[in-house]
Parts: sequence; C-alpha cells; structure tokens
Amino acid sequence: MVARSKKTTWLVKSPMDKSKRIPIIPARQKLFFAVIIAIVIGLYYLASIVTSSSPIRLVDGIPHIFSFVFDDLIPPNWSYYNRVLPPLLETWNIAFLSTTVAVIFCLPISFLAAGNINKKTWLYQIVRLALNVLRTIPDMILAVIFVAMVGIGALAGVYALFFFSLGILVKLISETVEAIDPGPLEAIRATGGNIFQIIWFGAMPQILPQYVSYSLYVLEINVRASLVLGFVGAGGIGLILRQQMSMFNYGNIAMIIFITFIAVTIIDTVSTSLRKRLV
Amino acid sequence: MIEFRNVSLTYPNGHQGLKNIDLKINEGEFVVIVGLSGAGKSTLIRSINQMVKPTQGELFIDGENTLKFSDRKLRKFRRNIGMIFQNYNLVKRSSVLRNVLAGRLGHTGTLRSILSLFPQDDVQLALHSLERVGIAEKAYIRADQLSGGQQQRVSIARALTQKPKLILADEPVASLDPPTAHAVMKDLQRINKEDSITMVVNLHAIDLSMQYAERIIGLRNGEVVFDGPASSVSEKTFEDIYGRPIKEDDLVGEVSNG
Repeated sequence: MVARSKKTTWLVKSPMDKSKRIPIIPARQKLFFAVIIAIVIGLYYLASIVTSSSPIRLVDGIPHIFSFVFDDLIPPNWSYYNRVLPPLLETWNIAFLSTTVAVIFCLPISFLAAGNINKKTWLYQIVRLALNVLRTIPDMILAVIFVAMVGIGALAGVYALFFFSLGILVKLISETVEAIDPGPLEAIRATGGNIFQIIWFGAMPQILPQYVSYSLYVLEINVRASLVLGFVGAGGIGLILRQQMSMFNYGNIAMIIFITFIAVTIIDTVSTSLRKRLV
Repeated sequence: MIEFRNVSLTYPNGHQGLKNIDLKINEGEFVVIVGLSGAGKSTLIRSINQMVKPTQGELFIDGENTLKFSDRKLRKFRRNIGMIFQNYNLVKRSSVLRNVLAGRLGHTGTLRSILSLFPQDDVQLALHSLERVGIAEKAYIRADQLSGGQQQRVSIARALTQKPKLILADEPVASLDPPTAHAVMKDLQRINKEDSITMVVNLHAIDLSMQYAERIIGLRNGEVVFDGPASSVSEKTFEDIYGRPIKEDDLVGEVSNG
C-alpha cells in the first residue's frame, strides 16, 4: 500500500527539481568506462614502445606500396597465362576433390555428433572432442603435416583440405541436425523403423537444403585455401606463386594474381547464387 | 488385448506420469482417454508402444510382457501399432506418398528402404490407404502443401499402411477446426468398424469423446479415475474426472451433421 501511494504522488507532482540535470549514464558508470578506456589506450602505447612501432611508420610505407603496385606489378606479363592455367586447374581440382570426399564422409559423422540422433552420451562426447581438436588445426599446418607424410604435391593438398573441410562441415551440419523438428523422427520410430531409417526418412529431408548449401560454401572456402597451400608444397597455383616471388618476377606474379582473382570471383558468384536458391 | 498390470512411470526429472495403472483394453474397442492436460493421457498412450518406457509393472499385449522386449523385438512389435499425433509429424519436405510409405519401413530392409526400393505391393498399399482417407490425388504433392486436416489424413494413411492391429492417436484433432475435427474422428471410427482395428484415442474435448467413444477412461494425476462405457457417461462424470466444473472450452462445439 505504501509503495502504491508513493508512486501516485510521484506521478501527480512535477517530475523533479528542474535545476538539477538528470544524467543519462550514472556518474559511477562513466568513471568506470573512462578507466577502462584509459587502460586500453595505455596498453596500446606500451605495446608500440616495446615493439618500436608507430603509426607514422605505417603512413611512411604508403608510397612504397604505390611504387610496388605501379612500377613493379603493372603491367602484368600477359603472355604468362599459359603457365598459370594448368596449376590453377590443379588448384581447383584439389579443392573440388577434397570437398566432394568430405561432403560424403561428413554425413555419418554429423549424425554421430548430433545429440538428438546419437543418444549414447559417451560416444557423442568422444566425437565432439575429436572434432574440436581437428578444428583447432589451421589448414596451413594440416598442409605442412601432409606434405611431410605423403610428399610435395597435390595429394598432400587434397588430404589437408579434406580434413580441414570435414571439421567445418560436421560442425555446421551436426548443428543443423540438432535443430530439426523431432516430430517426424518420433513418427518413424513409432512405425518400427530402425535408426538408419529414422535418419534417412525423418532427418535427411529436413537438412537437405542446408546440406547442399554448406557443401557449396565449403567449396568456396577450399578454393581460396588451396591457393596458398602451394606455399608449403601442397600443389596448385601457390607453388608457382612462391617460385616467381623468390625470383622477383613481378610481372608474372601480377598475372597469377589477376587470373586467380577472376577465377575465384566466378566460382564464388556461381556458388553464392546457387545457395541463395536453395534455402 | 492390452493389459496394464500395476504400471507406473516416473520421468527422469522425478515427475510421476503414471501411478499403478491396471487396465484391460479388448480387441476392436474404440477407447477414448480423457483428462486435463498433464493428467497422463499422452504418457499412457505412449507407454503402449513404448515411446516412453514405464518404470514399473507389466504391460501385456497379446499375452507377451512387452516391457521385457529387446530393441529388435520392440521394433518388430511397433510395426503392428499405428500412431497418430497432434502435429501430424509428417516429413514436410517429402511427398505425401513417401510419408505414407514410411508406414512400411518396419517391414523393409534398411538398404532397400534407403534406395527407395519398396516392393510394388507396398506402394499400392500406400496408395490404397490414401484412397481410403480420400486424398489419393495428392500422392505426389509435398506434405507441407496440404491443409491441417489433409495432413492428419496423410498420417492416418501412414498408420493404415502399417496394417496395424492397433492405432494410438494422441490428441489427433486438437489442432483442427471443429468440422475438420469431426471429419477426422469419423475416419477413425470408420477404420475401427471396417478393419476392426483397436483404437486408443486421447481427447480433451468432452462432446467429441461422448460422440465417438465406445468406452471412456478418465485420468487425473496419472491415475485412472473413471472407466466405463460411453453410454454411462454424463457431464457430471467429466466434472468428476476433471475435478472442476465443465467450461465452454471443454467442448469443440458445432456437432456435425452426420
């Protein structure tokens, strides 16, 4: 009762003393943010002293960038295209093959990594843990490992990208599986269907659009990733890119970058427009 | 024949869904289970095909204690029990025919079913089931293109395709408008009469229960509080089962013209 009468009088009376400013952010909070910002700026300053870097050096570097682009890279060595296309095709083949194999293998693993399908908690946890470990390894490190294991060449790249895309795909698809409508699964279980039939008839139709879309998405990622894998010897266009860089053939490098840019843009555009129609 | 012998079910969270149920349901009966939401209707019906597993007691179906079944045997046993859900539980992105064919999965090998190599007899049976519920012409349409009443008919067709001895229906008409609800109840009644398939149906609408049931079982707090022929039931009986006066919401209304 007391609280209520208080509220009423507050409403009836004029809001507050007009001479006093009403703060939008309380003073204590303002001070708190000010201290945090001061600490962050201090840390940046400290870091720039320790590493003896300064924004001025970044600004000083800009003319060098321009001179590199306009004096060294331009004009590209147009006639070099016939040396660029075969490794570019190899790059595409690495990306496409590794994605395809990963797309097939990711399905069973995704269902094992989905809590609504795989009810065996211990198995679910093991699969999840293994995938988390796999995903912490960057693609370049995977490539280095497989170059050491199977030798320099495209095969190492295929292996590296296979495991790399498996990690991403299983993560994306298992989470899609966990979000599906459980009703159809229940209905198929009630007809006496076994777990494979529950997955195939109840779950697969529900995830199909996302499954295809994620597969295309991972193909896009793999095309870009496979460009640089050649730097560590895993085949494709990165191999000749590193070669030409070590010989300072800037005209050839410009041509490699130019053709790669066009190829990646085409692949991305096609894949994106396909994915838009799917979901 | 279904026989519950002192069956109880406690959920992992400690909630007791069923308490010492003793029941007999005879072959060919049309039984309606009534009770407020949370009374244990769903738990009772799902215990029969063990979509939830009772934690105590014995559940005899055709003379066998089904609670002792292995996973494999349980799947085989479920083939003979059709189930109909409130939300139809169709695979919305699949065709009507494919949804109905799911009723044959228990009879089809894993590889065969995954490759969609259903025997032609099964496909014909599926189409015939669709004919019986009056939507054969929708066979190749995606399930999500149909209205609620049509979707529920697809799920009835799916159950029929199992050639079941028993159909369990968990609130089959709760999501439908009154005329459609009556039409679907009539379908169930007709199937019960024509194929002498035992029907166990959960309902909460009083008028529907009185109109379609042969026998009514009342549940409250997981216990059977009423069991008798529908002819002996009055609104007073429902007030006893629900433990409160009858309200307008307890009726579907719009008594059908059939």
